[in-house]
Amino acid sequence: MAYENINLTLKIWRQESENAVGNFEEFKVSVSPHDSILEMIDELNNNLEKDGKIPIAIESDCREGICGTCGLVINGHPHGPQKKTATCQVHMRIFNDGDTIYIEPFRAKAFKVIKDLIVDRSGFDKIQQAGGYVSFNTGSAPDANAILISKDIASLALDAAECIGCGACVAACKNSSAMLFVGAKVSQFSLLPQGQPERYERVTNMVAVMDEEGFGSCTNTYACEAECPKGISVSNIARMNRDFLKASMKM
Amino acid sequence: MIKLDSKIPEGHISEKWINHKFNMKLVNPANKRKFDVIVVGTGLAGAAAAATMGELGYKVKAFTYHDSSRRAHSIAAQGGINAAKSYQNDGDSIYRLFYDTVKGGDFRSREANVHRLAEVSNNIIDQCVAQGVPFAREYGGTLANRSFGGAQVSRTFYARGETGQQLLLGAYSSLNRQIHDGGVEIFHRKEMLDIVIVEGQAKGIVVRDLITGEIESHSAQAVILATGGYSNVFFLSTSAMYCNVTAAWRAHKRGAVFANPCYTQIHPTALPLHGEGQSKLVLMSESLRNDGRIWVPDKPGDHRAPSEILEDERDYYLERRYPSFGNLAPRDISSRSAKYACDDGKGVNGGRAVYLDFADAINRIGEDAVREKYGNLFEMYENITGENPYNVPMQIYPAPHYTMGGTWVDYNLMSTVEGLFVIGEANFSDHGANRLGASALMQGLADGYFVIPYTIGNYFGEVKPEKVSTDRSEFKEAETKINDDVDKLLSIDGSQTVDDIHRKLGELLIDKVGMSRDEAGLKKVINDIKELRDEFWKDVKVVGKGEELNQTLERAGRVADFLELGELMAVDSLNREESCGGHFREEYQTEDGEAVRNDDEYAYVAAWEYEEAGKWKLHKEELEFEYVKLATRSYK
Repeated sequence: MAYENINLTLKIWRQESENAVGNFEEFKVSVSPHDSILEMIDELNNNLEKDGKIPIAIESDCREGICGTCGLVINGHPHGPQKKTATCQVHMRIFNDGDTIYIEPFRAKAFKVIKDLIVDRSGFDKIQQAGGYVSFNTGSAPDANAILISKDIASLALDAAECIGCGACVAACKNSSAMLFVGAKVSQFSLLPQGQPERYERVTNMVAVMDEEGFGSCTNTYACEAECPKGISVSNIARMNRDFLKASMKM
Repeated sequence: MIKLDSKIPEGHISEKWINHKFNMKLVNPANKRKFDVIVVGTGLAGAAAAATMGELGYKVKAFTYHDSSRRAHSIAAQGGINAAKSYQNDGDSIYRLFYDTVKGGDFRSREANVHRLAEVSNNIIDQCVAQGVPFAREYGGTLANRSFGGAQVSRTFYARGETGQQLLLGAYSSLNRQIHDGGVEIFHRKEMLDIVIVEGQAKGIVVRDLITGEIESHSAQAVILATGGYSNVFFLSTSAMYCNVTAAWRAHKRGAVFANPCYTQIHPTALPLHGEGQSKLVLMSESLRNDGRIWVPDKPGDHRAPSEILEDERDYYLERRYPSFGNLAPRDISSRSAKYACDDGKGVNGGRAVYLDFADAINRIGEDAVREKYGNLFEMYENITGENPYNVPMQIYPAPHYTMGGTWVDYNLMSTVEGLFVIGEANFSDHGANRLGASALMQGLADGYFVIPYTIGNYFGEVKPEKVSTDRSEFKEAETKINDDVDKLLSIDGSQTVDDIHRKLGELLIDKVGMSRDEAGLKKVINDIKELRDEFWKDVKVVGKGEELNQTLERAGRVADFLELGELMAVDSLNREESCGGHFREEYQTEDGEAVRNDDEYAYVAAWEYEEAGKWKLHKEELEFEYVKLATRSYK
């Protein structure tokens, strides 16, 4: 593949620790348009290390858009300007020679900056621990085909279950709401027969921890859906709200 | 003195596991809470094991270097998970899954383990459905299946191209329930750097807190490693960036023998290399091979666009050489064939890529049906390459993907260190010299949900290991060693970065210990790796401090271990004078290029005991094939 490198100015957020004051540091780079944005930062870091400088702290793992580890705000958009794309899948061919790119961590009250571009998303795990499961023990399952589920329902449940837990929805939301994240898990189980026994208890408990962890409320701007790398639908929030309301009337 | 005892139970193959479950010691339900166990790694195998042991009542401490156990690389598995349900009424059975797996592993796995794997495969599907894993379904509401690389029955269960994600999130949900209920205590962002052995038994681990850099000890009556494979030794692989061999390797240096390190799987359907800055290789699910046809231009160095190359100017080399399996030929054969095609200059534009073409499938079943089956994979391809595979054939090339070798374990999944168990990809036991598609998820979950929860009870019931305090000298000695290593790495201040050296190691290995190997190359590479290791310890540059978040230091420790493992892979390849599965020695092939196994001399597991850096002692576990007759693997 023949190509020419493009020259870019990067403004990358540096912050030594949670309570330190952060600022944008500027770097000039020349990159292949076929590189991903993370490969560009790898090269930049490798050069920083060679010069004895501290590399930019950044998290990423699978680089296939499925583990949810990476999460950068790129030019103001969580995971960058492309739809349904995780940070690791952003390729430099979408930028032009001479562009300036701003790279920041996900910002939210519930996501404290640990260092540079790494944030603490442990609140998500705590919400899942409050009820993101079907309670049964290994070994007690009936034959898999004893539970019949229509193709459409299974497909809707999978649409919700595709959430990668990256936190872009929170970073996109002006209220730092986690409703899309929680709604996706609540919906998966509300749709499926396996989730019915604990349906209302689950939504109540998960929402309570969501509030405790400092995530904000939803005011229906749908920024979450627009920025979600998996395209999780806001209809999951509606489904969660219906269940939550029903649950509060039952209790 | 290490002696390998596989502890395979007596009886007919179909009764070994049943008998063993009956004969194993049980721990009274009220006593289970008195036993504590550490699980390192919370991917499919680790999360499943931790959750299930928590449910049983054991006190479990689970460790991961990720910020959440949902990040483990199991999540990236695309294609599916096998089970012998025979829901498609196509003649499948436990015995057939067992048979296919032994044969697919080129007769280098342990029959008893593989049969057990096939037996519990059905329980796994039941378990996952009960958890709410949204598998693909038929209109009548039953589960859907597809046929997958190397199988002639449809036994693979799947959830679009995200089966690993859905299974991991299932295990993660069970783990979360146990964390909530107090059965499991979870430790995030902690990397295991040593295992602690007290009076011959594994009694704990030493970890580094990845945020503060603090070195901490944790004790337990047993330790389970579920730390995945070592493909990242090649630098470029389909593994996630953090995947490493460190936990298994540190255990190896404490006495856990390492088996069959030369059995590595180079997956046929990854995306080709795009440039120098590349950080990893991206896999396209091999389910694509069900409908895609693989070809190269017949004429070397043909630079025309694929649409201009006519049907009779193309070489569908898998269909030509393996008419009955065609594009579904096993992974090792498909990969090697692609390599040879490109070696002959027939690769796309004369380079290292072959076509995977969906034009026929689109004509046959329509673009919508192709989108229904592979939509997200096609999107992913377009996103990465900028090309639309509905219009232009995909380009693929093999990439290191999975490692069949790993820590040697007996039938109970215990290593040669008493009380140290190893599960999932980290152990060596079930896939022999080659893993079949959709078998990794199956093995990880089999070990985690349905094997270790029983065998750990037997260990506790039979051996009754004592609790020890982390104040003991063995823990202090391990902590001191880690601190010394950190100081050493930070003080070298050389001229090459960790990635520079890792990349060099990868280049050496993929060239000489990759898809084909030979004696001269292996002898040379052993020397080269030794030199590179010396170079690392003299010339690496690790910036920053130990007592802080320092990702360069994390990687340096992992690369130091890869530099030792890489040598052992070459040593093992050199020792194994035959071709089998993922291990292909140029000297041992038929005239038409098929692998030649040597069952008389090499039907054994090569288990290596660490003596000192660059020096190992070979132990052999002879493999007996009582039920699947040794035969030449033929996919013609």
